[in-house]
Amino acid sequence: MRRSADVVVIGAGAVGAAVAWFATRAGLTVQVLERGQIAGGTSSACEGNLLVSDKEAGPELDLALYSHDVWTGELDEYAGLWEFERKGGLVVAASSTGAEGLRALAVRQRAAGIEVTDVPADRIADYEPYLTDGLAAAAHYPQDCQAQPMLVTAHLLRMAREAGAGVSTGTTVTGLLRDGDRVVGVRTDRGDLTAGAVVNAAGTWAGEVAALAGVRVPVMPRRGFVLVTEPLPPTVFHKVYAGEYVASTQSSEEGLQTSTVIESTAAGTILVGSSRERVGFDRTVSLPALREIAAKALTLYPSLKDTSVMRSYLGFRPYCPDHLPVIGHDPRAPGLWHAAGHEGAGIGLSVGTGKLLAQALSGVAPDLELTPFAPERFGDQVLRETPA
Amino acid sequence: MTEPRPTDPARPDPGAPAALSQLDGPPAGRRHSALPAHRSGEAREVDDRWLRAERSGGVYDVAVVGAGPAGLSAAVTAAEQGLRVALVDAGAQPGGQFWRHPDEGAAWPDEGRGQHGWRRFTRLRDRLGRLIGGGRVEAFAERQVWFVEERAAVWHLHLTTTHAAVETPAPRLVRATSLVLCPGGYDRQLPVPGWDLPGVMTAGGVQALLKAHRSVAGRRAVVAGTGPFLLPVAEGLAAAGAEVLAVCEANSVTGWGRSPLGAVSVPGKGLEALEYAGALLRHRVPFRQRTALTRVHGEGSVTGATLSRLDRTGRVRPDVPPQRVEVDLVAFGWGFTPSLELVSAVGATTRVDVDESLVAWVDPNQRTDVPRVYAAGEVTGVGGAVLAAGEGELAGLTLALDHGVPVAGSRIEALQRGVRRHRRFAAAMHRAHPVPQRWAEWLTDETMLCRCEEVTVGAVAEVRDVLGAGDARTAKMLARPGMGRCQGRVCGFATAKLTACGRSLETTDLAPLAKRPFTAPVSLGELATTGEGED
Repeated sequence: MRRSADVVVIGAGAVGAAVAWFATRAGLTVQVLERGQIAGGTSSACEGNLLVSDKEAGPELDLALYSHDVWTGELDEYAGLWEFERKGGLVVAASSTGAEGLRALAVRQRAAGIEVTDVPADRIADYEPYLTDGLAAAAHYPQDCQAQPMLVTAHLLRMAREAGAGVSTGTTVTGLLRDGDRVVGVRTDRGDLTAGAVVNAAGTWAGEVAALAGVRVPVMPRRGFVLVTEPLPPTVFHKVYAGEYVASTQSSEEGLQTSTVIESTAAGTILVGSSRERVGFDRTVSLPALREIAAKALTLYPSLKDTSVMRSYLGFRPYCPDHLPVIGHDPRAPGLWHAAGHEGAGIGLSVGTGKLLAQALSGVAPDLELTPFAPERFGDQVLRETPA
Repeated sequence: MTEPRPTDPARPDPGAPAALSQLDGPPAGRRHSALPAHRSGEAREVDDRWLRAERSGGVYDVAVVGAGPAGLSAAVTAAEQGLRVALVDAGAQPGGQFWRHPDEGAAWPDEGRGQHGWRRFTRLRDRLGRLIGGGRVEAFAERQVWFVEERAAVWHLHLTTTHAAVETPAPRLVRATSLVLCPGGYDRQLPVPGWDLPGVMTAGGVQALLKAHRSVAGRRAVVAGTGPFLLPVAEGLAAAGAEVLAVCEANSVTGWGRSPLGAVSVPGKGLEALEYAGALLRHRVPFRQRTALTRVHGEGSVTGATLSRLDRTGRVRPDVPPQRVEVDLVAFGWGFTPSLELVSAVGATTRVDVDESLVAWVDPNQRTDVPRVYAAGEVTGVGGAVLAAGEGELAGLTLALDHGVPVAGSRIEALQRGVRRHRRFAAAMHRAHPVPQRWAEWLTDETMLCRCEEVTVGAVAEVRDVLGAGDARTAKMLARPGMGRCQGRVCGFATAKLTACGRSLETTDLAPLAKRPFTAPVSLGELATTGEGED
């Protein structure tokens, strides 16, 4: 482990890995610190969705489109390493009201630069032959992609390491070193490190790291379950999801919400989601949530009725009250930067986030305005004084 | 040999306090019916307590999962103490893996052939039959628990059938105040080059074929691995007419003498081993110590095997040329892996046993640290059928006690002594028969590790060494061993060993791999409709 670096990244999930890679490539010395194992948090408990289709016009969509260009541009040569697939998304609507909503969303999204093809009811089978009959309409989003999130994380970290970065797992940050207001390093259970910049990429746990600096970053957990089926012959070809999914990602309800997202993986299994609940970090497996996910999926794919479910997993999406991530320098604690709170879109947004933050860390104007993601936007309330 | 014996059915005190499940129900007046059920015609009488339980929503006092030596003993004991018992098992007939036997529907005058402790089993089976007839035990055969949850202090077991392509018959949900987990275990597998060829079987699989179908898996066989279980398998094969070229024991059996306390604690076990040794001599089966089957040969199926001499650490000795033998059957026995799904799903604390198996922690009364959950048998530590049956009986008595039925303390203490003695013996055996420290050196990068996902040893080594997978869970996420149909039940131990790089396994190596929220596969359709009409 380095004892001093230009940048110390706290958290070795997809976002931390992307920050580490782009910062290293920008010529900065980087040390990643992870209290557990690489990709040990939400990055290993998600689906690897790289979606533009579920986003309305706005800063998150801008970041998604920017990230899309990074994935398919400079990172394209590595696509095979992380099972990157431009499989496209198919959003379906069961009712005529739903169909109208779908078309209206598509109009807004086209205006914002998303490619969308309206799919009439009688053409849906061309895209997904096993989908249920009688759907009202669908929309095809060719820019929706998929990647294997653990491989994304592990390879970005490997690439960063091979370019000179340090990655230390099993290392817990216990405090921040201060020089006056300024954050100048971190204290860990394996010693102190000095740093020009400390990047909080702790995902769902980013609020805890921010609290070490005495600042508030309101990242909270939003629990989700995913079902994994036995491997099947090709059955689901796109990311298929119900139109209501878009609304549920933007909702802040506490109770259980489910909306169908179905996709196959390179291994032949089918991932069936999704659910949203605000229950803190409760890891109890909720049968009502799993049951509802299964029931809704079968309304879209009735032929999967006898397919075995091998396992389920749960994860905690890191979400902020306005559903936007926290990216950039924190003026309340100079020297501290954040890259967290990407909710259910962290894998897709990781590389854009990493590249933009690396630009800002190098003193270059970022390609995309970071103001909408400003860490202090929730109020600059100081939680407590942290001794240097 | 003083081992826990099935005791006489107890006669509970008529003035006993109500069972736990009735504390909220109608007040006392409860009378323990004149158990045991097999006494005269009383057995078939419907007693009032049973009806009250039905009215209270069909909540059993206890659900026992598993009908092997431990589960059978627990269910029979608890029911004879007056508790209302549900018994769930994947098999069509009781006995578990240990007492697997031919279809009881057909006449097998010699159904106990090749069995051990068969009379113990038939006595338990008779008692169970009477209890079922008397309405004390309800048995749910060919059913697996796919999900367990606690709601309002009642355990809910969601059941699915073990029959493919058959709809699960009602009830799909069994509710009980207490749980006894006796899911047993399965063969631990350890890859070597060629182990994925047809003709390579687990020792337990060979045994099961012999016991249930009287079928011999091959003509020329080698039985290899470590531990005393190799002996009955070799003996069974030889007795059934197969030519057993060798029993390869990776360790030295003189190691038994190193734990004198354990080895002498169960003298009967020593005699058993001598009997097998005698039988092997009669069949002229060579017993080779410090010898391992390090490579299986064949194209399409097994045609040969390489037998190598090992040093104390399990490294192949360079000074002794390996021997190539021609065989069509390889039976590997590397000990057993307890089924930890249910233990993990209820949130009970686990520990790593002497044989590096993840097992349930239990107190001296077979209680886990989760209230109203008990565990018995291999799931608390691999130790054989006699130990399992003793633990089951102990769990059954403890359960009765915890449900307010008076049980003689002396009876419990006697069982505890037996359990402790057998546990010491099991520990001594495990210490004498470890998985060889240098086992991984027998492997090549191409050796298959996970057959479901076709992950090689080299692929796991790569994510460990190049991608920084620091533990088995991360290796699994990155290289996919254990992500397929068997969910790591086969390759989990080997994956944990490979990522631990030679050190002893700890709970943190094994527990994440044993976590399976679906304790058995279930169809999307069953999941989508579970609990319908229940809530």
